[in-house]
Amino acid sequence: MPKNSLSRTFVRFAHGYKRFFILAIAASGLSILFQFLMPQVIRITVDSVIGDRPFALPASVMSAIDSMGGRDFLRTHLLFCALFVIVFSLLSGIFNFLSRMGVARGTEGTIRTLRNTLFAHVQRLPFAWHTQNQTGDIIQRCTSDVDVVRNFIANQLIEVLRTLILITTALTLMFSMNAALSFVALIFIPIVMLYSGIYYRRISRQFRDADEAEGDLTVAVQENLTGVRVVRAFGRERYEVDRFDEKNNTFANKWINLGYTLGAYWGLGDLVTGLQVLSVIVFGSLLAVRGSITLGEFLVFVSYNQTLAWPVRSLGRTLSEMSKTGVSLTRLYEILVARAEDEEENPGRAKPDLTGDIVFDNVTFRYETQSVLKNLSFTVPHGKTFGILGATGAGKSTITYLLNRLYDLPPDGGRITIGGVDLRDIDRDHLRRGVGVVLQEPFLFSKTIEQNIGIAVQNPTLEKVRRCAAIADVDESIIGFANGYDTMVGERGVTLSGGQKQRVAIARTLMLDAPVLVFDDSLSAVDLETDARIRDSLRQSTGDSTVILISHRISTLMHADCILVLEDGAVADIGTHQELISRPGVYRRVFEMQSDAAKGGPRQ
Amino acid sequence: MTENIFEQEQTRSTFQAKIWKKLWPFVRPYKRKLLTLVLLMVVIAGVDIAMPLFQRYAIDTFITPQTTDGLWLFALVYAGVLVVQGLTVVIFSRTSMVLEMSLGRGLKRACFVHLQKLSFSYYNQTPVGYILARVMSDTNRISSLIAWGLIDLFWAVAYIIGVFGAMLVLNVRLALLVMTVVPVIAVITALFQSRILRTNRRVRAVNSRITGAYNEGITGAKTSKTLVIEERNDRDFHQLTDLMHNTSIHATMLNAMFIPIVLFFGSLAAALVLQQGGYLVMENMLEIGVLSAFVSYALGILEPVQQMARVFAEVIAAQVNIERVTTLLEHKCDIVDPPEVVERYGDCFEPKKENWEPIRGDIEFDHVWFKYPDGKDYILEDFCLKIPAGQNVAIVGETGAGKSTLVNLACRFFEPTRGRVLIDGRDVRERSQLWLHSSLGYVLQSPHLFSGTVMDNIRYGRLDATDEEVYEAVRLVSADSVIQKLENGYQTDVGEGGDRLSTGEKQLVSFARAMLADPPIFVLDEATSSIDTETEQLIQNAISHVLNGRTSFLIAHRLSTIRHADVILVVRDGKIIERGSHDELMEKGGYYHSLYTAMSIEQQQ
Repeated sequence: MPKNSLSRTFVRFAHGYKRFFILAIAASGLSILFQFLMPQVIRITVDSVIGDRPFALPASVMSAIDSMGGRDFLRTHLLFCALFVIVFSLLSGIFNFLSRMGVARGTEGTIRTLRNTLFAHVQRLPFAWHTQNQTGDIIQRCTSDVDVVRNFIANQLIEVLRTLILITTALTLMFSMNAALSFVALIFIPIVMLYSGIYYRRISRQFRDADEAEGDLTVAVQENLTGVRVVRAFGRERYEVDRFDEKNNTFANKWINLGYTLGAYWGLGDLVTGLQVLSVIVFGSLLAVRGSITLGEFLVFVSYNQTLAWPVRSLGRTLSEMSKTGVSLTRLYEILVARAEDEEENPGRAKPDLTGDIVFDNVTFRYETQSVLKNLSFTVPHGKTFGILGATGAGKSTITYLLNRLYDLPPDGGRITIGGVDLRDIDRDHLRRGVGVVLQEPFLFSKTIEQNIGIAVQNPTLEKVRRCAAIADVDESIIGFANGYDTMVGERGVTLSGGQKQRVAIARTLMLDAPVLVFDDSLSAVDLETDARIRDSLRQSTGDSTVILISHRISTLMHADCILVLEDGAVADIGTHQELISRPGVYRRVFEMQSDAAKGGPRQ
Repeated sequence: MTENIFEQEQTRSTFQAKIWKKLWPFVRPYKRKLLTLVLLMVVIAGVDIAMPLFQRYAIDTFITPQTTDGLWLFALVYAGVLVVQGLTVVIFSRTSMVLEMSLGRGLKRACFVHLQKLSFSYYNQTPVGYILARVMSDTNRISSLIAWGLIDLFWAVAYIIGVFGAMLVLNVRLALLVMTVVPVIAVITALFQSRILRTNRRVRAVNSRITGAYNEGITGAKTSKTLVIEERNDRDFHQLTDLMHNTSIHATMLNAMFIPIVLFFGSLAAALVLQQGGYLVMENMLEIGVLSAFVSYALGILEPVQQMARVFAEVIAAQVNIERVTTLLEHKCDIVDPPEVVERYGDCFEPKKENWEPIRGDIEFDHVWFKYPDGKDYILEDFCLKIPAGQNVAIVGETGAGKSTLVNLACRFFEPTRGRVLIDGRDVRERSQLWLHSSLGYVLQSPHLFSGTVMDNIRYGRLDATDEEVYEAVRLVSADSVIQKLENGYQTDVGEGGDRLSTGEKQLVSFARAMLADPPIFVLDEATSSIDTETEQLIQNAISHVLNGRTSFLIAHRLSTIRHADVILVVRDGKIIERGSHDELMEKGGYYHSLYTAMSIEQQQ
């Protein structure tokens, strides 16, 4: 993957926030400057004001001091020196604050853009992409990887610059005071960096292991909790506790091992940093005794050296973070470069009336390796109810997917037309609004029931929401909830039964007033009685919409105007219920099996 | 938002010793480790205090008198102290980690064991996510705070005491001067910390909502496409990211203000020392080395003071976590075996199987009254029913009519409010829960499997079953062909909760699991789910095999299962309104009659 386009992809997200980063860098520089000036003030005060060394200051500063009254004035007014310490510290603090705020605004803005872009893009990626990628993996990328990037920008990026400025400034000042002593201090920098780099890598590996152990433990607890009925019914408490203990111990031991590495890392780090300070103090004392540096210089040197210790230690870590961030960026880039639906070759622009006959003309379709539909031809007349029967894997759902362009037919796969217009030429959104689909496993959003039912239309009225719910035979159940239509659904609300979900989904699709309605096995989880009631009210309310019912329950299909029997992706038979049961074939076989079951069924 | 009902539990702002006392049983086994840590912290603090003294010593002994005598010895001693410091850090961090993990392990285990005993009414009312958060994250926070936070606190206190001791010895006046800033910094830190903690918690809450939104956006992508609501979802999402943006910036602002303010007060102390100490030096009342040490102390005291205030804020915040965990641990079980029962039959972890009477499977409801602990109305009123061993009882009624109640009572997942349930003529409460549960077979509407292989899951029914016995059970429920068709046969990994298998496959596996247990009592909660006709046939076969000769409860939807039951109970609005055999009920022409004809007409018309 070209690195260049990767970085360009991400720099785009910072657009409009660059000024914050520039502000941050400038403020950071000033903050460091004042941070360094403060010890200088202390040095001069100790050396030249309290002590009797000559001032070693630029002429301009000297003349300023002289104009105030020179050394004698300062000796009697030490408060003045103290004030300078305070003022410099204050300025350093203010610029530090500005720098952090600049970083925060820049980072949060950039990350917001990144998050929004990812969300919008993922939603618009083709359905095929979604089936090929695992939900958990995508979520992980959109959350954890974004966090990694965010932490890097927020904590490391500026920190790297800061550390570099800090080190150069400190070293310049130190070298200007005494080169030999500076070398002593300098020698430790590569050692510390190398050692923290190596350790950090090891620690991150152990961290990952420990995290995985925690994940395992969480899954074990969660499964025990969700399966509590099974555990109790088989009296498996002892077994469960044993299993839990094993995972719990692994988890604890992984972290304890990590603690061993961390302990060694911290201990060694303290030792090395301490040795550096020691070297500077010992050599500094030697030099001071020889007269190469003054006492004040010695003090400042020691304090600069201490300012260096921590940033240098963190630099090794920063390097590792950088490679981690690189990995995360690549993972995000992979999502962002995947082509969205309307970036595909044939977006389709036509917005025709969708109230015509639907014609499958010699349709052949295959997923990656598996052939699903073979030379399938049939016509769904406008305004009629059309049933499709088929076993699992016969290709029923694929027909739904093709009908609202979740998948597109390849150029040589035949044609599907509505009112004579090829689906591939129709604007996707227009088509999907016109072909109302109720999916087999409907998904409800974490909103109220009213919002869920009205989600697909602008400003839905409660009256219409209730009317559609009533047709789907779920109005009564909803009213029965404590909060009625304001009941929250999903993760953070009540759990609806499979049948209730399906019925809410039906109501939601009915809100569209679509000219074509497709029910893809969408009554499978309601009992037969309710199924019948819903179909009755649907018949009365859908008017001249074309209705396609897909099911493997004969009772669901038998009233359709025409029933297609699908076997292995091809038409096995087609006709009305009466016609189909009058001749041998799949339909009659299934019908007999299901009515046998109804009569009592064979019992061996 | 409801996900944070936790967060909304009142956050207390005062220290409450009685909350912490509840943790003592968990800390007690490690009190020696804790003591070691406290001692180590004193050593570390001592070394930290000694550090600036080396500098002072160097100035006063070598630089001022202009001599290098003893410099190398000095260096050696200094290095020795550094090594001691390094070693102490190694020992301390290892001990701390061991303490943290041992504490956490103990707390987690206590929660888990207690959860194995809690009654179903608890599970019915508490979402799994809540319980999981208590067992995992709350215990983690508590143990890490005790292991690291309190240690930091000891270090800080030892350091502060030591520094002031040293300063008081060196110069009383300057020491008092430095001391004046300490309370100021402590107050500022405490103020900021509680705010920072609160904001961070808000950031985390918004963050989990963003994760939730991604989850919805991705798992609901298909639905969003079919409904063309992408833009609407975008808009909802933007509200969240805006909120995140602002909350994060607010959090950073608090942090960005806090550190410079504290540093400022530190340099204020240093400036005061410089001014006052400077005069003292000029008047020869103070050595210059002491002055420089004082400046270092004034700047160095900042961190421990901050640390102390920060840990204190965390200690107070963690009280909520402790309360959550202890509330879970103190939650009473609705169903408890009395001591004399436990003594004879053992508890659910240490059964005394040698005392267990074999179960025949006669079940009798003897004047049972029942209402759910969270319900108001009686569901059963003076209900009597005798089920001789081997009979099949079908319970029919509409979705949501309350068909599980009898099963819950017979399995002793709940106990009658009044009256008795007898098994083989004796009150179930006279025997242990495990005695009964070990004799149950249970197949659920939505079968629950555990991660692991198909083999593992079937063997869950009887842990000591041989492979042959497993195969036999599978053959009995005619699931062999289906399992063989799976990718790796019996070794196929079923995924989390069995997600990698289809519903039909899961049901067959759970039948095999129940069959392997070979229980005298069997409960079947039949599914009305989407299963193709052939698998349906296999499941029908499995059912008739499993039921043969066992006392069983069938929450039934399949007409065949219902018709062949010995007794049919008809439930409406939670109450049993009719009972009898199929023929009797049909003859009666009541609710059952209309229910049954509606179902069968549907399929025979």
